[in-house]
Amino acid sequence: MTPARHTNRLWLAANDFGATLRRDLVVTRRELPQFLVQALIQPMFFLLIFCKILPSIGLAAGNFAALLLPGIVGLTELMAAIQGITLPLVLDLGYAREIDDRLLAPMPVWLVAAEKVLFAALRGMVAGSVIFPAAWWVLGSRYAVRGDRIGVLIGMIVLAAFAGSGIGLVIGTVVKPEQISLMFSVILTPLLFTGCTYYPWGALSGIRWFQVITLFNPLTYAAEGLRYAMVPPIHGHAMPTLPMPWVLLALAATLVLCFTFGARTFRSRVVS
Amino acid sequence: MPNDPAAIEVRDLVKRYAKSNVNAVDGVTFSVRPGEIFGLLGPNGAGKTTTIGVLITSVLPTSGSAAIMGLDVARDPIAIKQRIAVVPQQSNLDRSLRVREILTFHAAYHGVPHREREQRADALLDELGLGDRKNDRVARYSGGMSQRLMIARALMHAPDVLFLDEPTNNLDPQSRLFLWDRIRALNAQGLTILLTTHDMSEADQLCGRIAIMDKGRILVNDTSAELKKLIPGGNAVELRVSLPAPDAGALVLQSLRGLAGVNKVDELDAGAPAEPDDEIGVVAYRLYAEKAPALVGPATEAVLRAGAQVRDLHVKQPSLEDVFIYLTGRHLR
Repeated sequence: MTPARHTNRLWLAANDFGATLRRDLVVTRRELPQFLVQALIQPMFFLLIFCKILPSIGLAAGNFAALLLPGIVGLTELMAAIQGITLPLVLDLGYAREIDDRLLAPMPVWLVAAEKVLFAALRGMVAGSVIFPAAWWVLGSRYAVRGDRIGVLIGMIVLAAFAGSGIGLVIGTVVKPEQISLMFSVILTPLLFTGCTYYPWGALSGIRWFQVITLFNPLTYAAEGLRYAMVPPIHGHAMPTLPMPWVLLALAATLVLCFTFGARTFRSRVVS
Repeated sequence: MPNDPAAIEVRDLVKRYAKSNVNAVDGVTFSVRPGEIFGLLGPNGAGKTTTIGVLITSVLPTSGSAAIMGLDVARDPIAIKQRIAVVPQQSNLDRSLRVREILTFHAAYHGVPHREREQRADALLDELGLGDRKNDRVARYSGGMSQRLMIARALMHAPDVLFLDEPTNNLDPQSRLFLWDRIRALNAQGLTILLTTHDMSEADQLCGRIAIMDKGRILVNDTSAELKKLIPGGNAVELRVSLPAPDAGALVLQSLRGLAGVNKVDELDAGAPAEPDDEIGVVAYRLYAEKAPALVGPATEAVLRAGAQVRDLHVKQPSLEDVFIYLTGRHLR
């Protein structure tokens, strides 16, 4: 009855990583409608109010939709990625301990954290991608996305999702269960409003201090990078955004730093 | 490394947590043979959980060593995880999965091939009496069923050593007896088991050897029978005697004290009847002796000689709980 024990550590680690990811996908597939509703409701209302209602009553410009949509995609992605990892981790490390099963599996502890990051990033990517058909449906003729930078767009969607899940790993390993509601107001709200979601970064040049603040928010880079990939040129001129090298560098740095720090705090939470 | 390594070998293990100025585990040494059920007992905060934490790779030792099946725990946690299984006190079952999936995914995490894990899951669910509830959600499971499921899960990757933390805490007597049977059967198949419990009868029933810990140290480590011998005069004869007259007690006491082999005689509950409907004039005595059973005859005769009558007599064995309290004291932790 005793199964042969695998001695190839690399195979074992890859197998465990795969099995853990499969577990998360099986669970997500079961709650897919729930997940999609959760991911779509807020952005749909944003688009409806800011891109349809406000322009119709003369309180916003008609082409605002083109600027806002990339911001909404970035925001939705980041939030979906963060929520995909933070809340489960806070609860698991706090008291549920359901993750023990995977921590006792024969793989390095950091790999358990890495799987969480990958899975949360996938959630972010899906949430960000489904915005497009939803926006097309809500905005109708105001839907405007340039089609010639599709490669950049895909790259940005992937990178932004990973940056979000990296941030989620850090928050999830630092926050205690009793601080969850505090986390939403103290961490997520500033992230939401200083991330250049509802305004392009370049337009802030008159409010220098605020423009500087936004540079500390990874969402700013995600939103600006997505604007670069999505906003159609106006009268032959592409919309000015934060330079792409800075965007890529900032998002990659966010991921690397967050993962390095988050994997350490994760380890210290599970091995004392 | 010896040819036949101990299942668990702990040497001079010390653990001091960061920001603490005392050792949670303070120089613990013990070993568990393959195929043994070993009990680790101790009051809350004694260091049991930390000791087990080191063995299951969730706590890093400060000094000393711990090995499972000859493999060092700190040096090769991944090899250790392949050989152990843990059943915690509180459920940590994956509530997002169905019951059967909990088992199959657990096996998948351990690299058990697909067909084998499917077969094992069904076999174990049947064995633990969960066969007809295998597609339930865990939320619908009772405490006893969850406990059985955690044991089934632990067995999915065929571990060498099983860690059971208070396996029958809060369970009904039926579940408790069932689990005790299962634990014995698993042990009979060769599984080494390290059990922690506050239930002294459980330790007494199941464990070949028992270590009692307190304040980070192991106080004693022996079989239950040997541990019971630790209590001085723990062996005793208790008898209830009805006196012919209220002042006849002194004569009975004198007569009992005169018996050969008796170390000490105590009068119990003097004045207060043991039961409400007891007649007046019934007194209880406890005779301490090295060989208490041998005193049954002589004690009865001594009572009769003093003109009184024996109403009840029994030989009192010390319980494991007596040993536990004797070693660790009565104060609350």
